[in-house]
Amino acid sequence: MNSDPTRGGIPERGAEPPSYLREGTTVRSWLTTTDHKRIGILYALAITFFFALGAVAAALIRAELVTPSGDFLTNDEYNQAFTLHGIVMVWFFLVPSIPATLGNFLLPMMIGAKDVAFPRLNLMSWYVFMAGGLLALFAILAGGVDTGWTFYTPFSTLYSNSHVLLAALGVFVVGFSSIATGVNFIATVHLLRARGMTWMRLPLFVWAMYTTSLVMVLATPVLAMSLLLVVAERAFGLPIFDPRSGGDPLLFQHLFWFYSHPAVYIMVLPAFGVVSEIITCEARRRIFGYQFMVYAMVVIAVIGFMVWGHHMFVSGQSAFASMVFSFLSFVIAVPSAIKVFNWTGTLYRGQIRFSAPMLYALGFIGLFTIGGLTGLFLASVPLDVHLTDTYFVVAHFHYIMVGGSVSAFFGGLHFWWPKITGRLYSERLAQFAAISMFFGFNFTFFPQFIMGTMGMPRRYHDYPPEFQPWHVMSSVGALVLGFGYLWPIFYLGWSLFRGERAPANPHGATGLEWQTRSPPPKDNFDRLLVVDQEPYLYHPKESTPDEVEQAHAKQKP
Amino acid sequence: MMPEASTLAPRIDHLFFALVGLSLVIVLLVGCLVAGFAVRYRRGSKAQRGQLPKWITRDVELGWTAATFFVAIFIFWFAASMQTSEFEIPNNAMEIHVVAKQWMWKLEHADGQREINTLHVPVGVPVRLVMTSQDAIHSFFVPAFRIKQDVLPGRYTETWFQATKPGTYHLFCAEYCGTDHSQMTGGIVVMPPAAFARWSEGAAAQGTLAAQGAVLFRQLGCSGCHGKSARVRAPSLAGLYGTRQPMAGGGFRQVDEEYLHDSIEQPQKDIVAGYTPVMPSYQGIASEGDIIRIIAYLKTLKAGGRQ
Ligand code: HEC
Ligand SMILES: [Cu+2]
Ligand SMILES: [Cu+2]
Repeated sequence: MNSDPTRGGIPERGAEPPSYLREGTTVRSWLTTTDHKRIGILYALAITFFFALGAVAAALIRAELVTPSGDFLTNDEYNQAFTLHGIVMVWFFLVPSIPATLGNFLLPMMIGAKDVAFPRLNLMSWYVFMAGGLLALFAILAGGVDTGWTFYTPFSTLYSNSHVLLAALGVFVVGFSSIATGVNFIATVHLLRARGMTWMRLPLFVWAMYTTSLVMVLATPVLAMSLLLVVAERAFGLPIFDPRSGGDPLLFQHLFWFYSHPAVYIMVLPAFGVVSEIITCEARRRIFGYQFMVYAMVVIAVIGFMVWGHHMFVSGQSAFASMVFSFLSFVIAVPSAIKVFNWTGTLYRGQIRFSAPMLYALGFIGLFTIGGLTGLFLASVPLDVHLTDTYFVVAHFHYIMVGGSVSAFFGGLHFWWPKITGRLYSERLAQFAAISMFFGFNFTFFPQFIMGTMGMPRRYHDYPPEFQPWHVMSSVGALVLGFGYLWPIFYLGWSLFRGERAPANPHGATGLEWQTRSPPPKDNFDRLLVVDQEPYLYHPKESTPDEVEQAHAKQKP
Repeated sequence: MMPEASTLAPRIDHLFFALVGLSLVIVLLVGCLVAGFAVRYRRGSKAQRGQLPKWITRDVELGWTAATFFVAIFIFWFAASMQTSEFEIPNNAMEIHVVAKQWMWKLEHADGQREINTLHVPVGVPVRLVMTSQDAIHSFFVPAFRIKQDVLPGRYTETWFQATKPGTYHLFCAEYCGTDHSQMTGGIVVMPPAAFARWSEGAAAQGTLAAQGAVLFRQLGCSGCHGKSARVRAPSLAGLYGTRQPMAGGGFRQVDEEYLHDSIEQPQKDIVAGYTPVMPSYQGIASEGDIIRIIAYLKTLKAGGRQ
C-alpha cells in the first residue's frame, strides 16, 4: 500500500525480544521503569483518575443547576465543586492529557528513537505529577478550595476561608512535571531523530509536541511565580496584591493569564497533532499544505504569549491596552483557521473511511470551528464587555478544550490503542461512543451560549428562573455526554482481555510507530531506521489515493 | 430574546448579530465541505479522483490565509471603532457612586440618597458610575444595558449608561467573590423622568453628598491642616479637581477621583511638590463611603476661596 520508510534498515538481531508489556510484570517493574511507553501508561492511569474526579464535580454542578435555587449543595459547596472541577480538569487532566500519555508513548517512536532524551527525568516528572496531585487531593479532603481555578487576588489571598495554600502548592508542584516533560521532548526532538528524519519530515504530531513543549517550558514558570506570590501574601502577609498596603490586585491577573492563555495552546496544540495524523490516515491522503500546518503551529505558539490581556477587557486595564490585545487576538485566529481549512482540504479526493478515530477527528473540526468563531466574539472589546464572565465564555472554552482537545484525545486513544495494547476494539461500539460524545457535547454546551448571551453569569449557585430551561437542557445533555465518556471504558476494557490481537499496522498508516510490532518491544524497533521520505505518503505525489488503491487491488490474486 | 434597555444595547447587538451571521457562513462552509467531501470521497465511491492541479496547494493556501486575515482585521476594525465611540462618558452625566462589598451593592446618588442593591435612575439621562470595592474584586453587570465593569478595591473604575426603557433590570455581580457571589444581585429601576423626580424628593433629608462631605471634612480634621487658619503648611484644596498637580518626585498627576482617593488613603504615594509629607493616612478611619462624600465636597470648592 505504501512504500516502507524503513527501507535500507539494518536488521539488529535474530531473536525477537518480548514486547514492552512483557518486559517485567511486577508492580515494582512498573514504578521504577524508565521506558517512555510505560511512563505514558502510568500517566494515563493517573489522569484517568483525575478525569473521573473532575467529572464527578461537573455532575454535581449540572445536577445542582437543574433548578434555580440551591438544592443539595450549599453556596460554599457549590463554589468548591466548580473550583475542584476547574483545577483538576485543567492541571491534572487537560494539560498532561495528550502530551504525557500519547506524547510520551509515541514521540520517540515517531522519530525512530529508542526512548526520550532523559528517561529518568521522564519518570521523575510522573512522581512530581503524583506529588502535586496528592497535595491537591489533600486540599479537597481537608475541606476544599473556593477560589475558582483562577485564584484571583485579593480574594484568594485575603478573603477566602478555604485551603488555598494547599491547592496552590499542588498546582505549583505539578507545573514542574510539565516543565520536565517539555524539556525532555524538546531535547528528544533535537537529538534523537533517526537518520534522515529531517525537520520537514517530522509528522505533525511531533511538531505539535515540540511547539507545546516550548510553550510549557516558557509559560509554566510564570504560573509557578504567580502562585508563589499568592502563597507569600496569604501565608506570610507580604503585601503584593493588597491595595491597602500599596499592592496591585490586577498584577495577579496579568501574571496568571500570561501563563493561562498560552496554556490554552498547551491543551489544544497536541490535539492539532492527533487530528492531523488521524485525518491523513483515514482519508488516505497527504496532509494538505504540510508547511503551512507547521508554520501555523509555530505562529500560534509565539503569538499565544501576546494576547493574555483579552481576559481583562473589563478589569480596569487601559482602553489602549485592550485595543492592542484585541488586535493580536484577531491575528492569532488566522493560523487556527488555516488549520481547519487544511484538514478540510485533506479530505478532498481522498478515500475516506469512517472509523471511530475519524469520527472523533471530524467532530473535532466542527467543535473547534465553533469554539474558534465564538472566540472572535470575545476578542471584540465591546461585545466581550457584555459576554465575559457569563456562560458564553464557559461554552466557548469548553468547545475548545472539551469539544476540541478531549475529542482529539479520545480519537488518538482509539487510533493508537492497537499499538499501545496490541489488541483491537470493537469498531461498531467505538463509532457509537464517538457519535454520542459529539451530540452529547453540543446538547450540553450549545444552550450555554444562548443563556450567556442573555446575561447568565458564570459561577452562580442560584440564578433567576428565566434561565432555567437552558440549564435543564444543558444538564440533560450532560447525561448523554457522560454516557459518551463511560461507554469506551467497557469496550476498551473488554478488548484488553478478549480483543483480537492487533497486527503491526492495522490502519495501514505511514508513521514510523507503525513499522514495528504491536505492542512494540522495549527498544521500540527491532532494527535501526533510516528515513528517506516525507510523512503521510499515502499516495505518491503524482497519483491519487484512488490509483494507489486500484494498483494495490490488482496485485491481489 | 434579550431586552435592549440602553442606548448602547442596540449597537452591541448589531455587532453581535453581524458576527453570528459571519459565523453561520463559516460553519456552513466548513460543514458543507466536510460533509460533502465525506460523502463524495467515501472509501470505494465512484467519484473521480484525478490528480490535483499543481497550482492548487500553494495558491489556495495563500488565498485563504489572506482572506481570513482580512476578515479578522475587518471585524477588529468594526469592533474597535465602536469601542472608541461608545465608551466615552458624556460630560453632563448624572453621577452615582457605587461601593461593592461581599455581598452587596451600596449605591449613592449625588443628592445624598442611598440605596442597597437597587438603583433608581431616570430614563434618557446619561448616568456615570464611579465604583470601588471594600474587599475583593466584584463586577457591575447589567445585561439589559450591555455593560459590565470590574469593581476593584483601592481604586475607582467607571462605566456609564443611558437607559432607554422604563422597567426593572437585573444587576449581577459578575466577578466571583466568594460564598454568596450568586446573591450579590439587585435591580436597576428605570423610571420616567417625572416619576424619578417624585421618587428623589422623598429622600434628600440628610443633605447632599457634598454637604455630608463638608461635615466629614471638619470632623476628620482635614480642615485643621487644609483649612484657612491652619498652622500646618498644606496645599489648598479649592479648585483642585481637574487640574494637574506637580509632584515632589517630578512629573505631574491629573487630579481625578482616583487621585483624591489615593491622597486620602495613601498620602505617601504621591506627594505634592514643595510640601513635607506630614499628612496621616486615613485608611481604616474614613470608609469608602466617607471618602466618596469628601470627594464630592472637594469637587464643589471653587478656586480662589479658601475653605
Ligand atoms: C496633618 C496635616 C494634614 C491633615 C490632617 C490632612 N492633610 Fe491632606 N495634606 C497635608 C499635606 C502636608 C499635604 C501635601 C503633601 C502630600 O501630598 O502628602 C496634603 C495633601 C493632600 C491632598 C493632595 C493635594 C494636592 O494639591 O494634590 C489632598 C487631596 C488632601 N491632602 C486631602 C486631605 C483630606 C480629605 C484630609 C482629611 C480626611 C486631609 N487631607 C487631612 C496635610 C494634611
Ligand atoms: Cu486567552
Ligand atoms: Cu461580588
